[in-house]
Amino acid sequence: MLKDEDRIFTNLYGMHDRTLAGAKARGHWDGTGDLIKKGREWIVEEMKASGLRGRGGAGFPTGLKWSFMPKESDGRPAYLVVNADESEPGTCKDREIMRHDPHTLIEGCLIASFAMNAHACYIYIRGEYIREREALQEAIDEAYDKGLLGRNAAGSGWDFDLYLHHGAGAYICGEETALLESLEGKKGMPRMKPPFPAGAGLYGCPTTVNNVESIAVVPTILRRGASWFSSFGRQNNAGTKVYAISGHVNRPCVVEDAMSISFEELIETHCGGIRGGWDNLLAVIPGGSSVPCVRGEKMRDAIMDFDYLRNDLQSGLGTAAVIVMDKQTDIIKAIWRLSKFYKHESCGQCTPCREGAGWMMRVMDRLVRGEAEVEEIDMLFDVTKQVEGHTICALGDAAAWPIQGLIRNFRDEIEDRIKAQKTGRVSAVAAE
Amino acid sequence: MLRRLHHEQPESFAFTPDNQAWAEAQITKYPEGRQASAVIPLLWRAQEQEGWLSRPAIEHVAEMLGMAYMRALEVATFYFMFQLQPVGSVAHVQVCGTTSCMIMGAEGLMAVCQKKMGVGAHEVSADGKFSWEEVECLGACANAPMAQIGKDYYEDLTEERLGEILDELAAGKVPTPGPQNGRYASEPESGLTSLKDFDSGRTQYNASVQLATDIGDTVKRIDGTEVPLRTPWRDLSDTPDGQEKGPQADPRPGKGETVDETGVTEQEAEATEKGRPDEDVTNGKVTKPAATRSQAAQGHADASAGTKPTLLTEAREGKADDLKRLKGVGPKLEQQLHGMGVYHYDQIAAWTDEEVAWVDDNLEGFKGRVSRDDWVGQAKALDKGEKG
Repeated sequence: MLKDEDRIFTNLYGMHDRTLAGAKARGHWDGTGDLIKKGREWIVEEMKASGLRGRGGAGFPTGLKWSFMPKESDGRPAYLVVNADESEPGTCKDREIMRHDPHTLIEGCLIASFAMNAHACYIYIRGEYIREREALQEAIDEAYDKGLLGRNAAGSGWDFDLYLHHGAGAYICGEETALLESLEGKKGMPRMKPPFPAGAGLYGCPTTVNNVESIAVVPTILRRGASWFSSFGRQNNAGTKVYAISGHVNRPCVVEDAMSISFEELIETHCGGIRGGWDNLLAVIPGGSSVPCVRGEKMRDAIMDFDYLRNDLQSGLGTAAVIVMDKQTDIIKAIWRLSKFYKHESCGQCTPCREGAGWMMRVMDRLVRGEAEVEEIDMLFDVTKQVEGHTICALGDAAAWPIQGLIRNFRDEIEDRIKAQKTGRVSAVAAE
Repeated sequence: MLRRLHHEQPESFAFTPDNQAWAEAQITKYPEGRQASAVIPLLWRAQEQEGWLSRPAIEHVAEMLGMAYMRALEVATFYFMFQLQPVGSVAHVQVCGTTSCMIMGAEGLMAVCQKKMGVGAHEVSADGKFSWEEVECLGACANAPMAQIGKDYYEDLTEERLGEILDELAAGKVPTPGPQNGRYASEPESGLTSLKDFDSGRTQYNASVQLATDIGDTVKRIDGTEVPLRTPWRDLSDTPDGQEKGPQADPRPGKGETVDETGVTEQEAEATEKGRPDEDVTNGKVTKPAATRSQAAQGHADASAGTKPTLLTEAREGKADDLKRLKGVGPKLEQQLHGMGVYHYDQIAAWTDEEVAWVDDNLEGFKGRVSRDDWVGQAKALDKGEKG
């Protein structure tokens, strides 16, 4: 388990002084100006060396992403946009950072913006986080008052403005180009790529979009060194990570721990075990709604990082939002609810997703009740394959994957239910 | 879900003076000419003031931001936080129903709402005080199940506790938001498993609850007086010449890029020429003279690419080869090729790169097919087969 001194978010639960003075006492905003004076290249190289992979779900190396920004301005300003539209079901980690440890994020915004030549940064927070927005704005105001933002921010010689913007309840705005559209005052419909945001993003200017956690860990990484950060986790999966565990564990919580921790250790240390014991574990969605679910027995020894979950379990770490389901859960219904979510949140731009999400939900609806034919399972699988990869953004994929995971892992359960519905017998058939 | 404006609309809308000042300050966050960016915050503030979003409010915001009404209406209907019909005057309860909350008992919470209010989702109770709906993940999954009432999250709910909360609200009281089971925030319920080294005792409430109790606007409609307006980015005191820094300069075009009327670089592929009617429809066999094309397309670099190959007026010996055997050529395209004067494999096989470019460019509706599908190579093979 990670030691407290190695935790980056030392006020994750907000139990300590949340003001700037409190943040400074915990070591934030320490020598920020000097870090910036070490120069752009140093920062980007250090970020690359730290091995930090984006914490928003895709796991793209953050340092590499920054290096795509133009080195010299062609007259257009550059922007950093922080994606705080946390709406992936299961995910509630950025909320804790923004309301309880906001100065990690604000300091990160300053350093990251400098590293990509941006004098302005927008934080796009989801509309429902009203108190979180107020808490973050309060912290921003305080940073302005103390000269940490604004002209010559934190004595670095860099002029920097940080603006807080909010959305209004659209999951799709967590997709980076949809977020930029929304920030420009339009419907949040994803853009085609290329051009990538680093070439033409917000207002047609070079833009980098990063997750809250990716930015908030930057100052600590730079202060303590890339090698410190990369000493946690396995090769290629470095660092610490804020996990959000929800569902049928004894004590759901949000907690920061090392990457590549085993699932069992994570649950036993922080969550007091699975409700009803490990034998009662049915399934786990290890990375937020968009990744396929995994059978409980495969999950116990799983290593919680990007590569293991993707390569060994055909799932993903995503946002490290772990949804645990015990054997009293109706797994088909749980996945149906995700299908309903994606149908609700499809922006309607691409036909496979707009029509497919609704179609898949309606079939899932019948599978929940068992009013279907066994062949329809294959047909449903086939349709998910047709939606996957045929849309502008990844929402189509995200709608398809949970269903694929369900069919891969719990096909027997679906078939049993269909048979039971057909014969009117429940227990006898299930025992076959 | 179908989202339409309500059938009954108020006469007019105006921000309160404080909300107006707030709205104007929001606009300064964005670069000059980009004030449309403020549409979501302004619409939301209008909704907070009135309880729901009416057509006059949408139009008022559109006018403030210099947007077409339609653009603002699009935004209002796209985002689900905008209530397009009146909601309960005391509270609108939004129960999170997505998987994490569902498996922890959100359906029970919705049943409580239905029973207490006596109405289904999106309907207003008989006394006009309450309404409820199921919403998608509100991002407090470690505190499931939960509901948002007014501006606040009520977390770790039970059916019983939600019932009590609704009763208290009906009695004019505002229950303290946040976790309802004694938890502080999202730490493990039984006590800390991490960050013990930093334990310094806790303030009374977590950040969200503290703000809710301090400001006290939980289920209230807001007029802008609750929180003092602050716009530190406009602070002039430390600018050397005392001049307002103002918004960022307009985005300017990239080097060598053309610009649209809003000043933004257009980096999408541009159309090289406008669509126009097919001049040759009646003619049938005459191909379009390359010269007129290039005149018509003057200034467009690609329009007259390549040189025209030798074409026939009819098939040799009146018998054309079956061009449909070329991959990618159907009856339609074959007809067009005949119209151009192409009948035989050997014709195609003999095309030079220049000539390929010309044909590529002159196939109406099939531009680029010659090189994409390697007609020359295919034709060579077919020609050999035909003769041999």
